Amino acid sequence: MKELSLNILDIAENSVRAMAENITVALEEDDDILMLSVRDDGCGMSKELLEKATDPFTTSRTNRRVGFGIPFLKYAAERTGGYIVIGSSPGIGTEIKALFYKKHIDYAPLGDVISTVVTLIHGSPNIDIVFSHSIKGENKRRVYLSTKDMRSVLGSVRLDEPEVLSWVREYLLGQYGGEA
Amino acid sequence: MKSLAELAAIKERMKDKISLRKGEDNVRVVVGMATCGISAGARAVLNAFVEGVAENGLSDSVTVTQTGCIGMCACEPIVEIFEGNEVKTTYVKVDAEKAKKIISEHLKGGNVVKEYTAENK
Repeated sequence: MKELSLNILDIAENSVRAMAENITVALEEDDDILMLSVRDDGCGMSKELLEKATDPFTTSRTNRRVGFGIPFLKYAAERTGGYIVIGSSPGIGTEIKALFYKKHIDYAPLGDVISTVVTLIHGSPNIDIVFSHSIKGENKRRVYLSTKDMRSVLGSVRLDEPEVLSWVREYLLGQYGGEA
Repeated sequence: MKSLAELAAIKERMKDKISLRKGEDNVRVVVGMATCGISAGARAVLNAFVEGVAENGLSDSVTVTQTGCIGMCACEPIVEIFEGNEVKTTYVKVDAEKAKKIISEHLKGGNVVKEYTAENK
């Protein structure tokens, strides 16, 4: 993957396929590290499946929710000196955390994380998504979006309406300090 | 800067539209968004279709959706266009620029962009 934001989209799609009702994507970073957490309340993984989750070659058709997604994320983190941790419990959900050392030469830029959030909402308008990104250090900032908050204003309007999606894009852009 | 309050205005505008739109979606644009698609650039393709369809006033007849792996990972990003129940066009190795051409020539003009289709590769 060229950008970490693409890994995030790919990992979050696992949560969608795990029939999650809530997905939380949290990014925390300072000048040196970036910590990613993707948490869901989906079907979770058994201990046996969890052990195989980082191995792309144990994937089978019946285990389609495990493929190259997690191995790609693991590789992206480990090549910067970081790591990933996966916790999962059947019937409760899954959390994947990944730590990246940003100053390592092999650190892939975060990239267009706004497009990742927009794409996730477009693909799963009925799932509640919380996205947060807190940046410490020089460019101190906190970005936050909850689709539950959006739904409370929008009522029966679907979140995948183009007008709503472009609002999400501009809202996040504004929070990141860009021109909306 | 945008705020949540603006969503109320969107809700107001959508009121009439929603009742009109029901059952009129007869063209579906399906973008492959599995690991293979995403790593090949499908996110930009999807967003080009979502925005392009709205900008060209096609939202009443065209729906853009996502799907998993279509089974031809080396040809990603793949975009399938379904018209009615029978006609299917498969575009391969699509990017945001090609998406624009597909929107104007195929979705708007009704002519398949043959050079981008799977049959042509």
